[in-house]
Amino acid sequence: MSELAYSASEMMIVIAARKLKGARTVFVGVGLPNIACNLARYTVAPELELIYESGVYGARPERLPLSIGDPTLVSGALSVISMADLFGLYLQRGLVEVALLGGAQIDQYGNLNSTVIGDYQAPKTRLPGSGGACEIAINAQRTFMIMRLKKRAFVEKLDFLTSPGHLTGGNSRTQLGIPGGGPELVITDKAIFNFANPERQMQLVELYPGVSEEQVQAEIGWPIRHAATLSVTPAPSVEELRMIREELDPQALYR
Amino acid sequence: MQAAVAAYVQDGMSIALEGFTSFICFAAGHEIIRQRRRNLTLMRMTPDLLYDQMIAAGVASKLIFSYLGNPGVGSLYCIRRAVEKGIPRPLELEEYSHYGMVARYAAGAARLPFYPLRSYLGSDLPHVNPQIKIIDDPYGTGKIAVVPPLNPDLAILHAQRADAQGNTQLWGLLGMQKEVAFAAKRVIVVVEEIVDEAVIRADPNRTLIPGLIVDAVVHEPYGAHPSYVQGYYDRDNAAYLAWDKLSQEQANTEAWLDEWVYSVANHTEYLEKLGQARLVQLKPEPYLAPAVDYGRYR
Repeated sequence: MSELAYSASEMMIVIAARKLKGARTVFVGVGLPNIACNLARYTVAPELELIYESGVYGARPERLPLSIGDPTLVSGALSVISMADLFGLYLQRGLVEVALLGGAQIDQYGNLNSTVIGDYQAPKTRLPGSGGACEIAINAQRTFMIMRLKKRAFVEKLDFLTSPGHLTGGNSRTQLGIPGGGPELVITDKAIFNFANPERQMQLVELYPGVSEEQVQAEIGWPIRHAATLSVTPAPSVEELRMIREELDPQALYR
Repeated sequence: MQAAVAAYVQDGMSIALEGFTSFICFAAGHEIIRQRRRNLTLMRMTPDLLYDQMIAAGVASKLIFSYLGNPGVGSLYCIRRAVEKGIPRPLELEEYSHYGMVARYAAGAARLPFYPLRSYLGSDLPHVNPQIKIIDDPYGTGKIAVVPPLNPDLAILHAQRADAQGNTQLWGLLGMQKEVAFAAKRVIVVVEEIVDEAVIRADPNRTLIPGLIVDAVVHEPYGAHPSYVQGYYDRDNAAYLAWDKLSQEQANTEAWLDEWVYSVANHTEYLEKLGQARLVQLKPEPYLAPAVDYGRYR
């Protein structure tokens, strides 16, 4: 079979979907994560139920949702509840297995900034803020970060810590009494990172086909750490790409 | 709507026009702009286009919120202009996470002194907002975040239907509508349909807001346009996309406010200007829930 052409977004969708293998519940954001979760449901995680912070458990959207509050998430869902119940009974109760998060900045311990660039009181750029991200990062059993590699995003020091990852590393997260397991993966447009070391530092574990370590390092604001074994991520399959293009995002809104 | 806003909205008040993505009562917000109220403290978890418009029009001096975005589209440029450049006037921000706002409304609703939640540990948010406190768990060994009650002077909440007494039923994304209604000192409900009390009594599980706490009921079909009401109309996404472009400049924003708010007398005129064809396009196919049997016990 010839080499398939695919975009960076398609690769990120496919990887996020594959990594949801076997999961029962996922806390979904709009756009790319939404497509990834639906792809996972059709492929590696048939039992997967989608949870949205807007108060939806077990969504079966018939169209690509425009936002996490789209009415298509309500019709046909298993349960639609108040946000007090969603955050209290589902998230805080520990029923969210995986949550997908992103932000404007991430540091080497997977802490996220989605609040401001610059000083909080006189920001250079005012970003959206936490939304549910802070409590999701704290209560989900594990989190995947989905972000494009960029030097201004992968920074040594965050301008603001909105959502805690592994904080200052080691067991600092557990010591503070944070219940959820924290960042497990960072899925980017060039490589995949995990935190599987005692220091809980982000480490390079998979490179996408055709990407070099130098290209990855060039977009990260600290010297990257490597996992003991570094592998090359298998490219998207014909079927994965077909599902994204023909069924999940036929209008190419997120590709 | 004109009478309700004139009677219940005064300068300097704190107001929550809530609804998570859906049920956003643009009809009420536009009337507040038209009546040129000033120095309001606005609260909403997701300020959305409505608060962007109200803040561009200069009605607010403070915003209490948890997510500043045009949902699924991008930034809210008017709010950013107010925060970053003080245009048209400076805007004070008080910021929480979503659950923090929900917890504040829940404490306000039940008249509790505070509400505990598993959030904020390790975050910088408590450092910039002293209202968020991390305390010792009085029954354990750990730490727990608490937030104080939020009791708006007035809540304006949109829903599918209510009876004349304000007994209000809603379905779809329930958001925080119930908590805000109970938290507020006064409540205006705005509905797509006014129904007979018997309709309400036939399905009591769906009544989230009792007339007991409602001060005024306004009948305003399509009052949440361009947001949506489950089963009645879809979000008018073209309006959200158009706002993303035009709101990037204050001059264009003011021109839009002139055309769509100041130059129309009320929401009926706004809808006429919008045109019936556009509203028809937003109507979803029916997807009916079968009736349930409550039983008759006598």
